[in-house]
Amino acid sequence: MTLTSLTISGARDKLQSGEFSSEELIKEHISTVEKCKNLNAFITSTPEIALDLARKSDARRARGETLGGMDGIPIGIKDLFCTEGVLTTAASHILDGFIPPYESTVSGNLRSGGAVMIGKTNMDEFAMGSANITSHYGPVKNPWYLNDGKDRVPGGSSGGSASAVAANLCLGAAASDTGGSIRQPASFCGIVGMKPTYGRCSRWGMVAFSSSLDQAGPLTKTVRDASIMLQSMVSHDPKDSTSSPEVIPNFEAAITGDIRGLKVGIPEEYRISEMSPEIDKLWSKGVELLKSAGAEIVDVSLPHTKYALPTYYIIAPAEASSNLARYDGVRYGLRVDGSDLNDMYEATRGEGFGKEVKRRIMIGTYVLSAGYYDAYYLKAQKVRSLIIQDFNDIFDRVDVLLTPTTPFAAFPIGEKMDDPVQMYINDIFTVPASMAGLPSLSLPGGLSDEGLPLGLQLITKAFDEETLFQCGDILEKQINFSHQAPYIEEIGS
Amino acid sequence: MSYFISGEKEDWEVVIGLEVHAQVVSDSKLFSDASTEFGAKPNTQVSLVDSAMPGMLPVINKVCIKQAVRTGLGLNSKINLHSVFERKNYFYPDLPQGYQISQYLQPIVGEGIVTLEMSGEIREIGVERLHLEQDAGKSIHDQDPRNTLIDLNRAGVALMEIVSKPDLRSPQEAGAYMRKLRAIMRYLGTCDGNMEEGSLRCDANVSVRPKSTSELRTRAEIKNINSVRFVEDAIEYEAKRQVDIYDSGGTVNQETRLYDSDKGETRSMRSKEEAHDYRYFPDPDLLPIDLSTEFVDEIRKGLPELPDAKKLRFVGEMGLSEGDAEILVSEKEIADYFEDLSVGRDPKLSANWVIHELFARLKKDDLNIDNSPVKADRLGSLLDLIEDKTITNQIATSVLETMWTSAEDPVAIVEKKGLQQITDTGQIDSAVEKVILENTDQVSQYKDGNEKVLGWLVGQVMKTTQGKADAKSVNEILRKKMDSG
Repeated sequence: MTLTSLTISGARDKLQSGEFSSEELIKEHISTVEKCKNLNAFITSTPEIALDLARKSDARRARGETLGGMDGIPIGIKDLFCTEGVLTTAASHILDGFIPPYESTVSGNLRSGGAVMIGKTNMDEFAMGSANITSHYGPVKNPWYLNDGKDRVPGGSSGGSASAVAANLCLGAAASDTGGSIRQPASFCGIVGMKPTYGRCSRWGMVAFSSSLDQAGPLTKTVRDASIMLQSMVSHDPKDSTSSPEVIPNFEAAITGDIRGLKVGIPEEYRISEMSPEIDKLWSKGVELLKSAGAEIVDVSLPHTKYALPTYYIIAPAEASSNLARYDGVRYGLRVDGSDLNDMYEATRGEGFGKEVKRRIMIGTYVLSAGYYDAYYLKAQKVRSLIIQDFNDIFDRVDVLLTPTTPFAAFPIGEKMDDPVQMYINDIFTVPASMAGLPSLSLPGGLSDEGLPLGLQLITKAFDEETLFQCGDILEKQINFSHQAPYIEEIGS
Repeated sequence: MSYFISGEKEDWEVVIGLEVHAQVVSDSKLFSDASTEFGAKPNTQVSLVDSAMPGMLPVINKVCIKQAVRTGLGLNSKINLHSVFERKNYFYPDLPQGYQISQYLQPIVGEGIVTLEMSGEIREIGVERLHLEQDAGKSIHDQDPRNTLIDLNRAGVALMEIVSKPDLRSPQEAGAYMRKLRAIMRYLGTCDGNMEEGSLRCDANVSVRPKSTSELRTRAEIKNINSVRFVEDAIEYEAKRQVDIYDSGGTVNQETRLYDSDKGETRSMRSKEEAHDYRYFPDPDLLPIDLSTEFVDEIRKGLPELPDAKKLRFVGEMGLSEGDAEILVSEKEIADYFEDLSVGRDPKLSANWVIHELFARLKKDDLNIDNSPVKADRLGSLLDLIEDKTITNQIATSVLETMWTSAEDPVAIVEKKGLQQITDTGQIDSAVEKVILENTDQVSQYKDGNEKVLGWLVGQVMKTTQGKADAKSVNEILRKKMDSG
């Protein structure tokens, strides 16, 4: 077994028993990152910083002072977390050369927990996308492929993070999820992706896409790893007014190995026409497995589900159109000179933003405009309340929901590019939980008929991440997904 | 006192509403911990939040919430227990976020009333609302030939925007309203009212209508006026301009105008067609403000006595005239000075000395009451000397002059200079006799019935006694001696 094929919990135990040092672990991962550059999973590698942190971790351990489960563990950080002294781009041309003089709360928490950042992972520009094809730094490749010679997308927007974890470039990655940006790429790359309750992770220092939806979370190889990594990311942060003061439990301790009597809801509205039959099959298999583990299966209805996606594509762009106004060429990042102020704005933003970002800024600007606000933004907020109410009603009756994560498997790079609506369908199963701010986790459910990974999604009520981990762990064991990305064998990572 | 502009065919009434921007007294900004101190070097009071660095988030400064509620209560306004911050979106280099965080549909303070007294007539001016918002930075266009420079020290500083109803009917009323708001906020300690430093600015919405009609006509908004006098001047100019337009058969455009105080005129800035669509929406980075009634009651309990109540007390309990009371309450510092002074002393004498002697002396040196070299306790010692008849009023004036440049106690000054009042009537008698003997012409004029000359003769006696005689006694003695002699 190579060091890169370990899990976080496995590496944690072996670091503790002294089987290898963090420096060895980090070196192995740094050289793998070097070897796997063609995945384009990282925008910036930080090997020197990583080695320094690893040595410090080893020194701590030698003194008998570890900082917790993440101490000495190599991770990727999605390039929208501001990292002090390290280029932070949000994969946008407009943040050219931006080196923050501050550290985001989430990446800072991870660092305080001893985690070792080995680089900043690629992503869709400003987290807008479901295939990691909108990055200014080029598309990311999925380490999963078929024998058709076509590269697959890793999903998005956290495509670089998911690809990196799936290809063994790091043991986990800190990513962010607005409408599915952690869970959908986890599904496409055959790994675990977890979005906690809105407010669990501070948004301070995270480049904003849609403030009422953005939430950080981990991408890992196992459910247990997700619980360990999330523990190190969350905190109540007075610098973020929407950060929750809710008590933070021990997430890993929630993994009890027993879900007997747990009520699992199966929402009928998730059975949509765009979904392939193999997804349906996978879903049914998941239901059977949970039942055999002692869970009680309950058919439920979330009647407003079908409005979640269109509503999301009003609220998220509306907030984004305002959040992205600060990228004006005046204070940092790219500036393209113009003949006057407006000309400079237009030239800078015209050149600095990619097509998808511009599209969303335009949609967002439109739905907030005088005369359209009531019909779009206000209506969308009302629908959002109904969606939240749906979930509230359901969680009186069940403990957790099981759904597919995506309606289809990873598609080749270059496909679904012309029709943004087709692209938006990617998020159809992940968006409802985002709209309601609920914790949700995607784990590998199996392979498609062609041989690409497909994910299953679990959703619980707000601040009940424990049930998510408890149930996710059981499902993971029952499914026993043991496939590896073909890329790993090919490259030997 | 009604104010009308005579047009060609009829008289016109002016309708004015003011939007006053008052900087909140707080150590740090509305959503960041950067200092609000005035006059610092450019861009030295700017946090990561103020400069809108990526990923930065606003966190409400609770002091500003308290100050807004306090002001609302001082304006007899409804406090909205639930209010919401929204984003007002527009691009400008001194607005780093690309939006101003403000309140729109749900402001923290609702309707209220400000009472004005215009030449004895009570006018109640409606307050529409008060909301909290961020100030912008400053664009400096005249320091570099090619570039505009930006100073973000002000960016994010808390402002209260106080919107009046269109209840004001003359430039003077608008000025009085501004002064009243300023006084109330200074009493409350919620805005320092310093117009030179930009702590208090206003936009004036002005329209005119024929005296006989009651419909509102198209208004123009004059932006960013930074003194009470300019408010009055700008409105007066603008109202006349609009009357001229109507008289010549034209129509007034709804537009934003600027007041040029050098030329004394308003100029068009942008028309309604060029107006921004601000795309307001609730700021998702901030939670709504939900106040408890206990919180508001606590603030209410801590309110100081405000000018209107103070004036009532000055008139009712102290027996001051309406006019004197009005002057004394117009500024918190004046009222404080007067109240310190009048403790245990005759309120009328105290009021007189503040309003006449002290103000005149301050004016001469271009000083304010809070930097007066003679504090209330020292002036009080001087008034005590008048009250116990140690010195005359006239002498007291000259003692004040000495006190102005000397730290010496008035008692010591009086003693050193021997300025005690002459109470010995024999001394006054001889002075009077001397004056009668030396001015026989004037004495016979008096005897012929010319009463006016008496004052002149009193003056002569005062002169010979170096002002130390009591003028009233001199008067009596003179009269008696001439009438009998």
